[in-house]
Amino acid sequence: MNALSQPAKWERFFWPVVATGLMLALWYYSVRWSGTKVFPSPREVEKGLAELLGHHVLWKDIIDSLRRVAVGFGLAVLVGIPLGLTLGWYPAANQVVNPTMQILRPISPIAWIPVAIIFFGVGDEAAIFLIFLGAFFPIVVACVNGVANVPSVYRRAGRNFGLTPPQLLARVLFPAALPQILVGLRIALGIAWLVVVAAEMIAVDSGLGYLVIDSRNSGKRYDLVVAAILLIGLIGLILDLAFRRLEKLRSVRWGFRHES
Amino acid sequence: MPVMQPIAAPLPFTVKTRLSVDRVSMVFERDGKRTEVLNNISLEVGDGEFVCLLGPSGCGKSTLLNAMAGFLTPTSGEIRVDGETVRKPDPRRIFVFQERGVFPWLTVEGNIGFGLSKLGRSEREQRIAHYVKMVGLEGFEKTYPQELSGGMKQRLEVARALAVNPDMLLLDEPFGALDSITRLVMRGELLRIWEAERKTVIFVTHDIDEAVQLADRVVVMSARPATIQQIVNIDIPHPRDISSARYLELRDGIFKQIGLAHKV
Repeated sequence: MNALSQPAKWERFFWPVVATGLMLALWYYSVRWSGTKVFPSPREVEKGLAELLGHHVLWKDIIDSLRRVAVGFGLAVLVGIPLGLTLGWYPAANQVVNPTMQILRPISPIAWIPVAIIFFGVGDEAAIFLIFLGAFFPIVVACVNGVANVPSVYRRAGRNFGLTPPQLLARVLFPAALPQILVGLRIALGIAWLVVVAAEMIAVDSGLGYLVIDSRNSGKRYDLVVAAILLIGLIGLILDLAFRRLEKLRSVRWGFRHES
Repeated sequence: MPVMQPIAAPLPFTVKTRLSVDRVSMVFERDGKRTEVLNNISLEVGDGEFVCLLGPSGCGKSTLLNAMAGFLTPTSGEIRVDGETVRKPDPRRIFVFQERGVFPWLTVEGNIGFGLSKLGRSEREQRIAHYVKMVGLEGFEKTYPQELSGGMKQRLEVARALAVNPDMLLLDEPFGALDSITRLVMRGELLRIWEAERKTVIFVTHDIDEAVQLADRVVVMSARPATIQQIVNIDIPHPRDISSARYLELRDGIFKQIGLAHKV
């Protein structure tokens, strides 16, 4: 077997299962041999997870987290895509805004938490604002680059058929940039999921982030902490997989590499 | 041998002038460096004529074609279509690109219908069906360009251009990226379509055989800055026998004109 050959079907499931098993074993023996009283073993986490799933409050936490992400990410999409397309369309405007954007962009949304609390108080709005900030910049940057990278052949063909500038934007530049915009949206969604957990640890009293910090604060329940962490990872994975399905839409498939 | 004609010869037959290029020069300036690309080009093309612009790579023939389309403005001189100065692109003259210019996010139907949004639905569908058939893409209406071969994509682009019923087609080395067999087939197809639709065609190529096989007249251009070296009338009716004495004579004349020894 070499790097070019397709793995057999059973191998595609077998080896990941083996790797996961090894990780669990490593975890188990690390906890056992170190004799830690604080960090839970896989078995304890499994029990913790069962306990959480039995509580109604878990589902409320999950729904609260997802709702905040949906609103914050949704606002970032609604503001970020039109703004990004416009800036990509008018390079002169982009030159004016770009330095400010480049300074704001690398700032972790976490750093804005005190500001968010001053603006919005402790509550949903503060968390949503932070998610918005985290998702907004990758979306704008993806749109600017997406439009700027549209091959001039497409622009010229569009102009040749007599399109007005708004038609050119809607019928040529946007669809041509869409694969790159989708990549930006996917990155932004990942960031939104990272930020919601952090924001919920400080700015609100519900959601999966709050669950993590609350499990520690009320009785040092580290089995619940780790169980909640695993849940956060699992939901993040599901969000990403769901979003990737968009890349399979036929009108954008050309922009992505797919194994045939 | 009455092959050669003086520069800027009058049109060979009494047809109405569609396109006239009037003392066009083009100079690009970049990083303070001046590059003269076109030098005083004058040319008249009649309605329904098939003209090849032939010259070495990088000589500026594509630049001239882009100026005819209205994508570029000449530094001096002017280009007129039907007596009207060309200032911007126009659906009456459609440019077919060297690289594939079909839109990958649209199906075959979507591409052909791209320029037809002003038409009513049934007329648009009729027009699409007509040109799908003309370029032999039946059965591929819902297919995306990604799944088509290079020759099919190029035919699709020609269909998209023809669908808006332009007066003129401007083709920029349209078959350059195809393999030699597909290229031969495509030439036949293009001639068939041209005979059916009688559009004025300006066809840029660096392939001498291609020019002599296709054109009514071949405009031979020099290396940069491009001037018109000579205009050759190809007085062989279609379909052309590419082993006939006349064909070889015309072709060899152009080979000599360009300064190539006809031996490998």
